[in-house]
Amino acid sequence: MNFQLDEDRRMLADALGRYLSEQYSTDYRNKAAYGAQGFSADTYAKLAELGAIGALFKEADGGFGGDGVDISVVFEALGTHLVAEPLLGALLVGRALTEAGSDVQKAQLEGIIGGETIAALAHDEPANHYELNRVATSAQTEGDGWVLNGSKAVVLFGDQAQLLLVSARTAGAVGDEAGISLFLVPGDAAGISSRGYGRIDGGHAAELVLANVKVGADALLGKLGEGHALLERICGFGLLALAAESLGAMDVAKNHTLEYLRTRKQFGVPIGSFQALQHRMADLLLEAEQARSAVINAAAAIDNPDYLEREKALSAAKYSVGQIGTLMAEEAIQMHGGIGVTWELPLAHYAKRIIMIDHQLGDMDHHLARYIALQAQERAAAKAA
Amino acid sequence: MDLQFSPEEEAFRAEVRAFLKDHLPPELAAKVKAGQRLTRFDQENWHAILNKKGWLAYHWPQEFGGTGWSPVQKFIFDDECALAGGPRLVPFGLSMLGPVLIKYGNEAQKSHWLPRILNGDDWWCQGYSEPGAGSDLASLKTTAVRHGDHYIVNGQKTWTTQGQHANMMFCLVRTNKEVKSQQGISFVLIDMNQPGVEVRPIRTLDGDKEVNEVFLTDVKVPLENLVGEENKGWTYAKYLLTYERTGIAGVGFSMAGLEKLKVIAQRVQRNGKPLIEDPQFATRMAKVEIELLNMATTNLRVIASVADGGVPGAESSMLKIKGTVIRQELLSLVRRAMGPYALPFIEEAQFAEYADAPVGPKEAATAAAAYFNYRKLSIFGGSNEIQRNIISKMILGL
Ligand SMILES: Cc1cc2nc3c(=O)[nH]c(=O)nc-3n(C[C@H](O)[C@H](O)[C@H](O)COP(=O)(O)OP(=O)(O)OC[C@H]3O[C@@H](n4cnc5c(N)ncnc54)[C@H](O)[C@@H]3O)c2cc1C
Repeated sequence: MNFQLDEDRRMLADALGRYLSEQYSTDYRNKAAYGAQGFSADTYAKLAELGAIGALFKEADGGFGGDGVDISVVFEALGTHLVAEPLLGALLVGRALTEAGSDVQKAQLEGIIGGETIAALAHDEPANHYELNRVATSAQTEGDGWVLNGSKAVVLFGDQAQLLLVSARTAGAVGDEAGISLFLVPGDAAGISSRGYGRIDGGHAAELVLANVKVGADALLGKLGEGHALLERICGFGLLALAAESLGAMDVAKNHTLEYLRTRKQFGVPIGSFQALQHRMADLLLEAEQARSAVINAAAAIDNPDYLEREKALSAAKYSVGQIGTLMAEEAIQMHGGIGVTWELPLAHYAKRIIMIDHQLGDMDHHLARYIALQAQERAAAKAA
Repeated sequence: MDLQFSPEEEAFRAEVRAFLKDHLPPELAAKVKAGQRLTRFDQENWHAILNKKGWLAYHWPQEFGGTGWSPVQKFIFDDECALAGGPRLVPFGLSMLGPVLIKYGNEAQKSHWLPRILNGDDWWCQGYSEPGAGSDLASLKTTAVRHGDHYIVNGQKTWTTQGQHANMMFCLVRTNKEVKSQQGISFVLIDMNQPGVEVRPIRTLDGDKEVNEVFLTDVKVPLENLVGEENKGWTYAKYLLTYERTGIAGVGFSMAGLEKLKVIAQRVQRNGKPLIEDPQFATRMAKVEIELLNMATTNLRVIASVADGGVPGAESSMLKIKGTVIRQELLSLVRRAMGPYALPFIEEAQFAEYADAPVGPKEAATAAAAYFNYRKLSIFGGSNEIQRNIISKMILGL
């Protein structure tokens, strides 16, 4: 066994870490993340140049990585530095292209990897609650193309994306897995109106309304009506990415808190000398290690052909960082005392991001329930065999 | 033992309810229920309405304008106000300084300041904490040096809640450096509208600006603004804190919070069913509800055990810990119920004046911000860790 990163990954991690440490201070980040666009175009370009986006894709697709470890290395670095730039969208939409795109569709990858194209997954809707199957947006054939109608909720950078991946129903009823299809839609397609806004953790998102948005036959990504599996697959990459990002952010929260316990004095001694805090810090340490193991499990499982093994590991990781992240964020704030709830303290922004990761692609309850359902499927399969 | 409210108490509840129905402005109640930020006017207005009825300083002795209510009546009043959407009373003058002046102030101070608190003539803030003196409050460094008929005060206070509105601050200052830290502290009243007082806002993580730093440079404080005896301020400070802690328990607000959560959980859908039917969410909700019901009774037991007009001692620490943890859990559940809609944050939507359509469920506008903001509950008023230390020492004798 070897849990060390290999040479290439280490170099990537080092390069990203160095650049972000030098150029992406919390101040700089907050200006961009809470600013008019929600991210810095310069930073995004630089991250692309450093290979952070390319590392998310296989060589055959124009990247130079693409396995679970690559994804977790990149996103852990993004978490460590609280990066607000739209890499998650690049991963989700990019991997949809590599998983199911035609050659023509795949040509869009170059722009994504190069950081020129901002991409966004437009799946959530006002009435779903992390469910992949609750798609009400419809796509109806018109001529040899499609007409899309519906609303999409909290689409990350949805008002700025040039490329949207939209889930829509081509058959079946809301709640059915069958009958969902995925469409590649230009962000500026006629009929799309967007309402962009800032997020509490920095960065932007948008509500999108699609009113008779016309796309050609070539907009359909993957097989008609079979989008659910593809959606599940790409969200799997997202779960790994978000879990790794949370891990990176948690490590910082943990380290900052530890440092604070060592330096903040009350009653004439560092507060870290109080056993009440020591034990809690010790718990945070071991929980953070548990989170790291969960991410390692997920990274190892992401390309496992065994559906149940893979998806269980992914849900387990997202559940773990949801649970542990909440503890970490709340404890870190608490142990900082008053300063912990201030804007001025970088930790506060880490805490917000960690908590908000639990609101993306399913929270801890969602993934615990999903894990239980996957276990049930496993039992049923074993019985049948 | 009789756990029922008596007919008189029920009649009192009905009276409070009727009053609230007629006099609590609906727009104000709506704001409170939505978790929106209140203006200074909102708060002053509500104080004035209660004062007109004679119900503002309901826990003061009658001779100073109190109501003479029993502890249970006070509990019922708090409960009904919170359920109706009444805002939290601004505690600084009413529940903090008031009791201290009543117990330790001289006649002149009582007759001057107490009516002004009732009438809303002053907006008080609490100048206890300093950058280096938080949990270890007694280590405070702000000094007051006698100079003829006044003190000259120098130092820095921090975390001063609503200091931006305040014209007066009750303040702990060091008047003797030679003795043990608890023994050289005095309790003084400082006019904020004078040279040498500078208030700078601190922005909290949700973008709000409700706390401040206060810089005091050669600030003049007339000797008549010393409360009680010089160097005995620590006694008064601690007395005040037990009042502060009991107020922070906020059972009534948690009751209102639970009701709000239930409404949300019935409306928000998960897998095509109301969230309230989701086993995990239902479990969390049931747990917090049970805790809250237990807490309400604990609260009643604690208030019943103290004489009328008194305050609980170390027991207030129990109420503070449990009460704040329960409120935080309720806010956490509201946030969770929002799903992806916890992410959007439109600063202006924190205010009732925001006219645009909400993004997501209407509660989403404030859900995450309130959750983050109220992490403060377990920190201020003496952190929950400090409360545990107090319980260990005062109740358990450890
Ligand atoms: C929003 C807000 C509003 C406030 N409003 C006011 C106000 O109006 N007026 C005012 O005077 N103050 C106010 N405060 C200050 C508040 O009372 C202090 O923040 C609080 O007492 C904690 O002090 P601290 O922030 O310095 O934390 P610290 O004392 O530095 O504590 C840091 C951490 O160490 C823990 N700790 C410290 N000592 C011990 C110990 N012996 N054993 C175990 N754990 C320990 C604490 O619990 C905390 O978790 C406010 C604070 C906040 C956040």
